[in-house]
Amino acid sequence: MSRILAGKAIIAGSAEGLALVSGQPLSFWGGYCPKTGEIIDRRHERSGAIGAGRVFVFPTGRGSSTSSAILLESIRAGTAPAAVVNLKTDPILALGAIVADELYGRSVPMVILSENDFFSICEGDRVAIGPDGTVTVDGSQGRPPAARDS
Amino acid sequence: MAATLSDSDRRMLDGRDGRAARLAMSVVSRMAEVLGAAELMDVSQAHIDGCGLLSEAGLEFAETLAAEGAKVCIPTTLNMGPLDLKNWRSFGVPEDFADKAVRQAKAYEQMGCIPTWTCAPYQGYLTPRFGQQIAWGESNAVCYANSVLGARTNRYGDYIDICAAITGRVPRCGLHLAENRRGEILLRLVDIDPDLWRDESSYAALGHLIGPKVGDKIPVIEGLPPAAGGDQLKALGAAAASSGAVAMFHALGITPEANTAKQAFAGRRPRQIIDIRPADMSAARADLSTAGEGDKLDEVVLGCPHFSFDEFRRLAELLQAQAAETFHRQVTFTVITSRASLALVRQSNFFDVIEAFGVRITLDTCLFHTPLVCPETKVIMTNSGKCAYYAPGELNVQVAFGTMADCVRSAIRGRVCQEATA
Repeated sequence: MSRILAGKAIIAGSAEGLALVSGQPLSFWGGYCPKTGEIIDRRHERSGAIGAGRVFVFPTGRGSSTSSAILLESIRAGTAPAAVVNLKTDPILALGAIVADELYGRSVPMVILSENDFFSICEGDRVAIGPDGTVTVDGSQGRPPAARDS
Repeated sequence: MAATLSDSDRRMLDGRDGRAARLAMSVVSRMAEVLGAAELMDVSQAHIDGCGLLSEAGLEFAETLAAEGAKVCIPTTLNMGPLDLKNWRSFGVPEDFADKAVRQAKAYEQMGCIPTWTCAPYQGYLTPRFGQQIAWGESNAVCYANSVLGARTNRYGDYIDICAAITGRVPRCGLHLAENRRGEILLRLVDIDPDLWRDESSYAALGHLIGPKVGDKIPVIEGLPPAAGGDQLKALGAAAASSGAVAMFHALGITPEANTAKQAFAGRRPRQIIDIRPADMSAARADLSTAGEGDKLDEVVLGCPHFSFDEFRRLAELLQAQAAETFHRQVTFTVITSRASLALVRQSNFFDVIEAFGVRITLDTCLFHTPLVCPETKVIMTNSGKCAYYAPGELNVQVAFGTMADCVRSAIRGRVCQEATA
């Protein structure tokens, strides 16, 4: 059964992919390699995972103001996540997506979800983002907030 | 909801001021919508971070704007770039990388930016005044401008910075507004040995510790010594803006919007009070090191953010106090600084000490953005929380964090030694 979550589109667009889920914020600069799409922040819980083509579900961005440049370059190189789902908007990441749209006419959809919906997405779920910010999740039944990963 | 635009904003967005202004205004106005800002506002100075990283997309962006005839309309300084523009050949930088880096630098200079090439613009040319509305990029510079200078800027990411400089406009929101600058979390330093604050690495460790605790909230730090100076607060802010999204902190009795707790919290109570004890400080130091005591050391890197005149002076004092006359042969000792600071240091009476010891000085750039660290390097050491935070992932090296004195001693012995902080 698929579940439909009502998200807020920060960068509107459609995308689909398998969820890559983390409970930790990530700085794309120093944390995401635009050559390979790998998470390279060795202090991050998903260090080593490949974000390219995945719907990357993580609370928010963090740290460096160069993260927008890394996202832009990964969109150019085709190593960016298919979409980003956050709890809270990171303006620096949104900026990278906007500049990509201005420069290349393509981007990475970004959606904000409520806490319950955000934590209901599990690693490997098939997730589709709609242009109005709806998030369709196939796979897990969702978990109550109390059972979420720390 | 889309922001309300002024007539001149609209003129730019409609392309009547040219294609570069249209692109810049489109980025600024779309960001206003993302941020929920009702309108745009003027800024009177900018600092560009987008000139730092060399990427195909970043180069294309800068050259596109420059080719369209874009010019900045407010005084605009440049953050460090991807190359030591004068001395890159002596650092073994590949030609094709250098060619592109020079092209990117030219594009920004062509747009009218001032070639300061430093990530510590607050210690150089055109320091903003208290209360000035500015658009700054580079997380450490943003943190310093807001916290220490009392200028007002949000964290401008790469590429909106130059758009703000071209249009003179930013979304009216966030730290530009007085009501969003009040402290939210009280951090009390409890039972911490006052001697600890004599070394800047303690400020870096404190910053590293603060980042994850406060995220993007504004902390008010109680208990730092009133003598805390620019270099110390620079280290603190740089580390906190790396491990967290700290764009502003208050330090009671030190920073200009925190003369009293009442002022720092704008008359409200802190949402949260966090006590920081000696064990937390030790844990933060340990967390910044991935290399261990006694490990073979390849390189020391100081100057993240860029080394100031006074930091050079302290380095010279430390070098003079050593029995040795040079570093261990396997260790490269690199200091990264700005043209402005080096110009002053060259005129000092201690510059010959630094040169004689074999310190390698590089300008205009950053070890994360230029191929400065050679591929054989396994272990580096630094007194910078920011450098220690990012080095393992960005450079694929082990890192040891220590005081400047530790760095000097370790470079002489060829092995990591952190005795000064034990």
